[in-house]
Amino acid sequence: VESLRDAVHGAGGFVDLKLGHYNKDGIEVVDVEGEIDVYTAPRLRELLIDLVNKNNYQLVVNMEKVEFLDSTGLGVLVGGLKRVRAHDGSLDLVCTQERILKIFRITGLTKVFGIHDTVDLAISARKSEK
Amino acid sequence: MATVEVSFTPLPAHVRTARLVATAVARRSGVDESLLDEVRLAVGEACSRAVEAHRRHCPTEPVRIEMTDLGERFEVVVRDSVPSAQATPATANGHGQASHGNAGHGNAGHGQAGPGQDNFGLDGHADDPGAHDDSADGSAADGSALPPGGLPGGFGLAVISGLADDVRITATVSGVSVRMTWPAAVGAQALRAYISCTKSNLSLP
Repeated sequence: VESLRDAVHGAGGFVDLKLGHYNKDGIEVVDVEGEIDVYTAPRLRELLIDLVNKNNYQLVVNMEKVEFLDSTGLGVLVGGLKRVRAHDGSLDLVCTQERILKIFRITGLTKVFGIHDTVDLAISARKSEK
Repeated sequence: MATVEVSFTPLPAHVRTARLVATAVARRSGVDESLLDEVRLAVGEACSRAVEAHRRHCPTEPVRIEMTDLGERFEVVVRDSVPSAQATPATANGHGQASHGNAGHGNAGHGQAGPGQDNFGLDGHADDPGAHDDSADGSAADGSALPPGGLPGGFGLAVISGLADDVRITATVSGVSVRMTWPAAVGAQALRAYISCTKSNLSLP
């Protein structure tokens, strides 16, 4: 039943990625829900670029509801990090899911991103660095 | 003959379908639940790479996937149709070199890589989705651990090598194939899984 559900879900036109963002304590928090892959990653990239273009250089990407992340998604996050760093900013991640963390470990990107357990912890860690 | 074969037009939207089908077939073939995430991600990476290659060179040709239950192993082969003019056959131990002949394509190295192995130097596929990201837009890295120029080409293949139990990448004049396998349960365990999935009324001997 599970496998059939997977196959049917994949064939359907379900919303694959939901994005939202809000400001908290001067830091822009981006909520990501769903799957970040070669199809959906451009939308996240556009959002990050848009936020940077609107002078948001302190970003936290909340990935707690991300169900799938591939190298395309990693590329978008690295791209976002480079953009904010060009303005002396930061891009931290919130993630506790082992399936997602594993991808960051395999690729060595745990050394590149600050990865935190909650949004509040990410924000407080960023504030304490200032 | 493959257990399941899928071909799809090279559109990013179909990659999700491909990886979900592969996951479903892997489950039916007895691949342990703990490995299904790895199957899903590795197949997705291979398909993403193939889709990008097709979109550049042969957008009307379908990408093909073969998923085969080999008993003790579950095998997935993702084939693209981008010709390789300078293909070098793989050697017997599974280590070899593959390369596209077209300008801008680098070598696709392979092997039975473990998670700790550095694969970034093995390949430079301009087709890799990671290479297309704005991370390569030239904005300055600040001397941190960021790779120069963003994610290196072949990043997706590096991820595959870190995930699949066994990876072989070969290139021929007809295209590049990424072959990946994972252990699968055999015997009664697989049969029980099959029965529970299909709800058939098979009787055990």
